[in-house]
Amino acid sequence: MNNTALIIKREYIERVNKKSFIITTLLVPILMLLLMCVPTLILFFAPTTTKNVAVVDDSGIILPRLKNTDDVRFFNATGTQDEMLSCDSIYGILIIDRNIMVNPNGVRILTPNTVSAPVERTVVDQMEKIIQDEKLKNYNIENLDKILADVRTPVTVKSIRVENEEDEGEEQSAELNAVAGMVLNCVLYFFILMYGALIMNSIIEEKGNRVLELIVCSVKPMQLMIGKIVGVGLVALTQIVIWGVVIMFCTTVLLPIVVPADIMAEAAAVNAGNIDPAAAGIDVDLAHMLGVFTNVGYIVYILGMMVVFLVLGYLFYAAIFAMIGASVDNVQDSSQLQTIAAIPIMVAFFSSMVILEDPSSTFALIMSMIPFTSPMVMMARVPFGVPAWELIMSVVILIASVIFSIWLAGKIYRVGIFMYGKKPSVRDLIRWARYD
Amino acid sequence: MILEVDKVSKQFTSHVALSNVSLSVPRGSVYGLLGPNGAGKTTLIRIINHITAPDSGSVRFDGHRLTEADLVNIGYLPEERGLYKKMKVGEQAIFFAQLKGLSRRDAEARLKAWFERFEISSWWNKKVSELSKGMAQKVQFIVTVLHEPKLLIFDEPFSGFDPLNAQLLKDEILRLRDAGATIIFSTHNMSSVEEICDSFTLINKSQNILSGRVEDVKRQFAKGRYDFTIQGDATAVIPKLMPMVESSDVVSLPLERTMLSVKLRPEVELRDAIAAVNSAATMVGLSENLPTMNDIFISSVNAANK
Repeated sequence: MNNTALIIKREYIERVNKKSFIITTLLVPILMLLLMCVPTLILFFAPTTTKNVAVVDDSGIILPRLKNTDDVRFFNATGTQDEMLSCDSIYGILIIDRNIMVNPNGVRILTPNTVSAPVERTVVDQMEKIIQDEKLKNYNIENLDKILADVRTPVTVKSIRVENEEDEGEEQSAELNAVAGMVLNCVLYFFILMYGALIMNSIIEEKGNRVLELIVCSVKPMQLMIGKIVGVGLVALTQIVIWGVVIMFCTTVLLPIVVPADIMAEAAAVNAGNIDPAAAGIDVDLAHMLGVFTNVGYIVYILGMMVVFLVLGYLFYAAIFAMIGASVDNVQDSSQLQTIAAIPIMVAFFSSMVILEDPSSTFALIMSMIPFTSPMVMMARVPFGVPAWELIMSVVILIASVIFSIWLAGKIYRVGIFMYGKKPSVRDLIRWARYD
Repeated sequence: MILEVDKVSKQFTSHVALSNVSLSVPRGSVYGLLGPNGAGKTTLIRIINHITAPDSGSVRFDGHRLTEADLVNIGYLPEERGLYKKMKVGEQAIFFAQLKGLSRRDAEARLKAWFERFEISSWWNKKVSELSKGMAQKVQFIVTVLHEPKLLIFDEPFSGFDPLNAQLLKDEILRLRDAGATIIFSTHNMSSVEEICDSFTLINKSQNILSGRVEDVKRQFAKGRYDFTIQGDATAVIPKLMPMVESSDVVSLPLERTMLSVKLRPEVELRDAIAAVNSAATMVGLSENLPTMNDIFISSVNAANK
């Protein structure tokens, strides 16, 4: 077996067998799903107590037309205020002024509880509509009901990015893309920083407990460094793939089971590109989201892009972290030099956030070409769609930078691992890189 | 010769680590690599291990120029010991053996045998962090010799061992030599050099200041050094002996005896000196004064530093 392969194998198996790896790998997707499901679950399982609201309608216009909802039931008030307020089954009293039509502020809700937002919204929404209808009626317009029904049209916007003329384009929701971009950006940020620091610490540890002395008499430092970077990278990739599989499983197998069939049909309609927003029984954004989640091709494309940029971005930064790890003796000393790597990662992270606002700006283009920022920026942009030439150019620049950074790191690594007891300056690092 | 180092020099930015160092290690011998701290021994060992390259000069191994492929025939126990703390002992030993070119199965079989011999089989599934320092060093010793290399390099192998385990290790080293391995042994412990080394090289401030067979060097340093033991005091002897010696030292012994440690002038024969002493006192003992390696080390380094 080749020595580099042996190093890769050791790094990989040691890390994958660690309890902490197994726990995070399994727990994170479960936590993420829980986090997504909790609000729904709470709504689902929370006792939906209908709130009884007694109505004192001095105007006589509103009460007959208030409609009961799942949350709120309206009824004509009987008895005194104090009696009603002390009654447990009554949530509150809605008092409507006599001249509500001219004085819209003449509405009060009395309650011993705090007024819940849904109740208040139900009351306000319904009353606004009733008053509006009443006022319109006073204009004596013919066929008013028909006109009103015609006028009320919910509007949703479909933005369609046209790739070429034959292709009708893919339906997109800018909001969803932004969320996807942000999530991908975060994943990359998290992985590069976490696994980069892991490499650095593992090199410092090897140097600190002098295992290095033993390894370098069988393995070239360059082989050791590459083996380490690749081994740890495979660990990261394993984690991503497991997460990807879990997510795909949840969306393609679990989601159709949990979500009612008619909603799934609408999600499928979104994917097929023929949803009629007016006819949709559910929120169009939700249908879009479900559509994205159940669109396997889209997920595979995004995951594929993510693997490319994750691997390249990781390799680029791993080499830098390896350089830092090799040049210091202990973790304390590393913190200062670590900023060399951490600052560009942060810059990439935050500029991606800005770029999400306008993914095709010149700023976005520039940041997509700089190897320090391109992995994260590109990942943020990918859900919106990036022109092929930009993608290719970015990847090519990144690959060239990866080769350069690994070459440079190898030079510094070779000298650095035998330097003990001295904290090197950046100037020292440059000097080491020039050694033969 | 298994290893020939020829005029090797290595310079770092701030200092010279080795300048024109040459030495030859005979096959099947135990070879001491001696010198004060910072003399350049570790750099030389790293060059032999193909970790760093010399600026000039050459290293020949087993008759050909040393290449990376020879590393599987070299085993090195560094002075600063270290293993992966969180890895299990057995797996770790197999890993290092594989790096030296053994197959997994070979490595495992040989390791089991070694572990049984050292009576440490129960450690196989322990993590290194659970072992004491001495125990971990035993494991590392096994890892160093497991692939049965032609050349073994031990850097201070006995440090950190109790006398019992040090003896065990010494016996193993000699056994390995008898089995055909050549051993380079770097240490500051001069008595162990005397015990087990056949030849040595003394490096001081990047230069080879003394090398040869331990016996020969001792003889060379012993030349003309004798201890005369006489009955009574030395007052009568000293005037007769003084013209013949370069240096002398008088020590009173019990039973009214006196010992004169002298270094004779090169042109003086021993029998003339004996005659001179005999004429003045009753001589009860005479012995050649062989210096210890410790004396040789100190006097050579001091002389070189002057």
